[in-house]
Amino acid sequence: MLAFLFRRLGQGLLVIAVMATLVFVGVYALGNPIDILLSPDADQLEREQAIVRLGLDRPLWVQFALFVRSALTGNLGVSFVHGVPAIDLVLSRMPATLELALVALVISVGVGIPAGLAAGLAPRSLLGRGIMTGSILGFSVPNFWLGLMLILVFAVELKVLPAGGRGETVRVLGIELSLFTVDGLRHLILPALTLAIYKASLIARLAYAGTREALLQDFVRFARAKGLSRRRIVGVHVLKSIMIPVVTVIGLELGSMIAFAVVTETVFAWPGMGKLLIESIYRLDRPVIVAYLVVVVAMFVIINFVVDVIYTLLDPRVRVAGQEA
Amino acid sequence: MTTLVDIRTDGEAAWRLGWSEFAESRVAVGALVLVTVLVVLAMAAPWVAPQNPYDLSQLSIMDNRLPPLSRGVAGQLYVLGTDDQGRDLLSAILYGLRLSLFVAALATATALAIGTSIGVIAAYVGGRLEAVLMRLVDIQLSFPAILIALILVAVLGKGVDKVVIALVAAQWAYYARTIHGAALVERRRDYIDAARGLALPQSRIIFRHLLPNAFPPLIVVATVQVAHAIALEATLSFLGIGVPITEPSLGLLIANGYAYMLSGDYWIAFYPGIALLLAIVALNLVGDQLRDVMNPRLKR
Repeated sequence: MLAFLFRRLGQGLLVIAVMATLVFVGVYALGNPIDILLSPDADQLEREQAIVRLGLDRPLWVQFALFVRSALTGNLGVSFVHGVPAIDLVLSRMPATLELALVALVISVGVGIPAGLAAGLAPRSLLGRGIMTGSILGFSVPNFWLGLMLILVFAVELKVLPAGGRGETVRVLGIELSLFTVDGLRHLILPALTLAIYKASLIARLAYAGTREALLQDFVRFARAKGLSRRRIVGVHVLKSIMIPVVTVIGLELGSMIAFAVVTETVFAWPGMGKLLIESIYRLDRPVIVAYLVVVVAMFVIINFVVDVIYTLLDPRVRVAGQEA
Repeated sequence: MTTLVDIRTDGEAAWRLGWSEFAESRVAVGALVLVTVLVVLAMAAPWVAPQNPYDLSQLSIMDNRLPPLSRGVAGQLYVLGTDDQGRDLLSAILYGLRLSLFVAALATATALAIGTSIGVIAAYVGGRLEAVLMRLVDIQLSFPAILIALILVAVLGKGVDKVVIALVAAQWAYYARTIHGAALVERRRDYIDAARGLALPQSRIIFRHLLPNAFPPLIVVATVQVAHAIALEATLSFLGIGVPITEPSLGLLIANGYAYMLSGDYWIAFYPGIALLLAIVALNLVGDQLRDVMNPRLKR
């Protein structure tokens, strides 16, 4: 088990290193940020000073060596646009994104699992069919368009919820959060819902498939034969067995929510990392793009690692095999 | 000679059986019809669209942002209204759909070719090559496609060709994993041993014997991935990092409508989204039914 954990960790670090290299080479080979950062009437001297200041006069491999050296000390360069360390900029936007992603994840699990379970227990009923058809609609609707339509209905037509921004935040454990103020919640609900619907549909489909398979399994038949109540069979035995694939997916989906938040944040002007990424792409602010990607990849590696551990704890087959070995 | 005939009837019978199972769901048949209609409309856009939205001489700026079902200065009817440049929205949607479907189809075909080749070669050759390739696939699949596409487009820049490259890079791994799984099973079958016994060249065994037999599960994946590709392209274009402004796909039309939505001109963002939604839902419904038809475990 320990060897397995170490191997996974090493693999994760390797992924981060490879991604950082690829992204650095790709991003730094692109365009000339000087043309974008300086006003067109800047004279030659100003241009040269800026190039030296940003280190763009060095060969690519020297820039890369400098990048790696400073990356190892947690410094991923200074934002061309904002003039502050890129990693600080990204990290300062992280709580907003994580808040959005986690709230969306809670909504999608809270809606997806009961819906999938209900549909799986009665696949031929009207409710079951309705849920499954609805879920296809739910994971088909493009995220950004759904966001626009929610804005159209709730902000433009009904005027009950704000169209964008984060609203009033309150400092909890040193992090600014919208979750605990009324105004913040009003701002949070539409983006979180937009982000959640796709995943809720996906989780509902998984729970549905899992429930249908579980009902055919011997342990359910055995539990029935034992005379257990239907409630206990569904609530304990079926639910537990469908949680295994769902937990794996939830882990991966948290990562994918952070990635998809790029779109949602842009639609709702939510000041998170994703919006920062898009702004940085527009302005060719390379250090910020690289810092965003390094941070996101690191988060992914951590999430995948945690999922693996939880998976081992949840699945009795894996756990038993691990203990015997 | 008789064996040849037998095989063919077998194949036809399998198709007929498959179709009758597919047709059990009326929704799925309807979806298939819808997909066909959308593809035909998109391909025939230059002939069926009321105007050519790219031809500036056909546009009248006087007609800008007209609501649906209004008439322009020349008396022509705008069924779905016009956008900010006086373009007939229905025509813009048909042309946009054309580009969206083209990009998605091209990207899917390319990703399918690359992904299947890598997956099936890995499964047949095995050993270290297989370990490295499938490890790569695993790592890539642990990242969401949108992130990979975003990074690539950020690096490569705008353009239809670049979007296609980004979509291919984001999707090949799905095909590689699916065919790899199927090919691992097929590889142990007798006909592969027989082909080896005949000393056929390796490439022939892989692509003429192994690949066709391991292919069926990919049909489902490909159907769903076309839908994904359409959504992904629309998202990139909506974010302003996809197709260039001169070739508006559905995503770009919606982004364009976003600016006017807050002032109440809903239709510019609404109708292109409906077209997008119809295409994606229909493809997903077809894929869903195909999956049920091909999954022997759900058969009663």
